[in-house]
Amino acid sequence: MEIASYIFMTIGGLFYLLGGLGILRMPDTFNRIQAGTKATTLGAFTLLIGIGFNNPEWFPKLLLIIVFIAFANPIGSSALAKASYKSCDLPDNLVQDDLIDLFGGKEDGLN
Amino acid sequence: MMDIIVFSLIGLGVLFAVSRLLIGPTPADRVVSLDTFNIIVIGVIALLANQFENSLYLDIAIVYGILAFIETIVFARYLEGQHGDC
Amino acid sequence: MKYVATFLVLFVSYIALAGINVQELLLGAIVSAILTVILAKHVNYTIDYRFPVKLLVFIFAYLPLFVWQLVLSNLAVARIVLSPRIKKHLNPGFVKISTDLKGDFAKLTLANSITLTPGTLSVDIDGNDIYIHTVYIKGETPEENRKNISAKFEKVLGVVFK
Repeated sequence: MEIASYIFMTIGGLFYLLGGLGILRMPDTFNRIQAGTKATTLGAFTLLIGIGFNNPEWFPKLLLIIVFIAFANPIGSSALAKASYKSCDLPDNLVQDDLIDLFGGKEDGLN
Repeated sequence: MMDIIVFSLIGLGVLFAVSRLLIGPTPADRVVSLDTFNIIVIGVIALLANQFENSLYLDIAIVYGILAFIETIVFARYLEGQHGDC
Repeated sequence: MKYVATFLVLFVSYIALAGINVQELLLGAIVSAILTVILAKHVNYTIDYRFPVKLLVFIFAYLPLFVWQLVLSNLAVARIVLSPRIKKHLNPGFVKISTDLKGDFAKLTLANSITLTPGTLSVDIDGNDIYIHTVYIKGETPEENRKNISAKFEKVLGVVFK
């Protein structure tokens, strides 16, 4: 049981490391949001499950934290993506932009 | 022994996230790395609960998670109000 | 029925936080009842007699799909981040897909699932359209994008949220 717990915790630490590396290496804001959100969500899940293997009586509380992260983290990153689109620091390597008919272009509408 | 490996992996992740927080060119980049940093800190607090054998730390992790979510939303609202000066 | 649903959610959260013994059960019931009276007119979900079936479908059909997609997306992120030349893997853009699901909670669950699947991030919801940022655009038409991104989740979630 302890070995399984440590395996899960190490996998969680690896995904946290991957999230930090993704934040550092990705070239523009939206790709950074993607890498950070996905890697840290799975890292938190596996780390908390590993802690739950080590202390089985903590499982309800850890499950509550997992459910909260599963709802809050995508909502927060989605709000951040919308805000950073609206604050008009768009990258120059986009191939397609459908959001322009919702928020308006740079020359009209919001600005 | 295993604890040292887990903690050093997470510490390297925190180091990368904080370096993006320092060098990030736009405010949105800094807020994104702050969001990542908050999720990592929730994991670190839960890991401290495991180390100290004390379930009180889990309550701290829950409250920290709620505050981090509110903080992300507030920063997003603030950035949305700043459009135009790019 | 709205009152019962709100009470159950609050009571289960209280018990998960406080642990099971007689005092906490009693206090949790009282606090949940008071909060239910205050909060229930602001919520819009409800439960009916088909709720257990839906919960079983949610747990045994949706959650394995979700976890599997989450693991796949993390492996994709790992492949992109650890590759030495990062620009080769990127072809980013914003696409728009439409959904058939009704109700706010169903759309929220679909948007969260899209955020945690490989290479996509939902940015905004406007009516029946979900706007998505993708790392690598494959499809040309909106139908092709929809089939690539959200079709498998909509099939399961359409059963859960009728």
